[in-house]
Amino acid sequence: MSTTANGFPATRRLLLQGAGLVALFGLGQMPFGAAPAHAAANDKYPEDAFKQKSDADAIHALYGKGAEASDKVKLDAPEIAENGAVVPVSVATTLDNVTSIAFLVSENPNALAASYRIPPGTMPSVANRLKMQKTSNVIAIVEAGGKLYSATKEVKVTVGGCGG
Amino acid sequence: MASTIRVRATSNGDITEVQALIQHPMDSGFVKDAQGAVIPAHFIRELTFEHDGKAVFTADWGPAVSKDPYIKFSFKGGKKGDDLKIGWVDNKGATDATVAKIL
Repeated sequence: MSTTANGFPATRRLLLQGAGLVALFGLGQMPFGAAPAHAAANDKYPEDAFKQKSDADAIHALYGKGAEASDKVKLDAPEIAENGAVVPVSVATTLDNVTSIAFLVSENPNALAASYRIPPGTMPSVANRLKMQKTSNVIAIVEAGGKLYSATKEVKVTVGGCGG
Repeated sequence: MASTIRVRATSNGDITEVQALIQHPMDSGFVKDAQGAVIPAHFIRELTFEHDGKAVFTADWGPAVSKDPYIKFSFKGGKKGDDLKIGWVDNKGATDATVAKIL
């Protein structure tokens, strides 16, 4: 009889421990997933996202979710970049409540190139210059109202800007 | 030492357009020098623009941003004569900052 007497609390304790672990894991894995609106307000440098190799992994490390393509994200990049060391890339969007903008170069050793935090009152439009190792897709991610939107364009590179 | 930051911020009364050019090697860590030794990564990690005590724009950069980075953005609320504070910190802990007047 002692098994039932002890067994029940033991199971409950296990369940509680399990719940605790899930909670810890959940928080550790997706710090932004729980509060997407705060992703851009996060003051931390996204160290982990910059270390990811693939574009999909970098987007997930940065935002904790995937992006959907949108024609409201206007990505401007050259068709052909003669010099991969300096590729002018800019993005603008008609989306409201933009909180952050990020640029990724799929074929670079680390896909994430730059991420910008856009507080209220700042226009959702950024121009910068990126390095590209070789011909690759350039992806712009716009975070608006807690959702991710993207635009992709292939840029042909004749002389790479990453390798030596 | 002269500032590494060059900024031009112009207001049209409603929107302030900011263009900045920063002197920095932005070494990616993937390039080798003439002797074949890897040049260690050296790049600006964070660049912030502040107006009226609040951040109007923050850039988180990796080593894939071009040498001597250029950035352009715009924000609402700046007036001619206002101060715009700009500062950066790189992966070796070096920093620079400047204050520009909005034109």
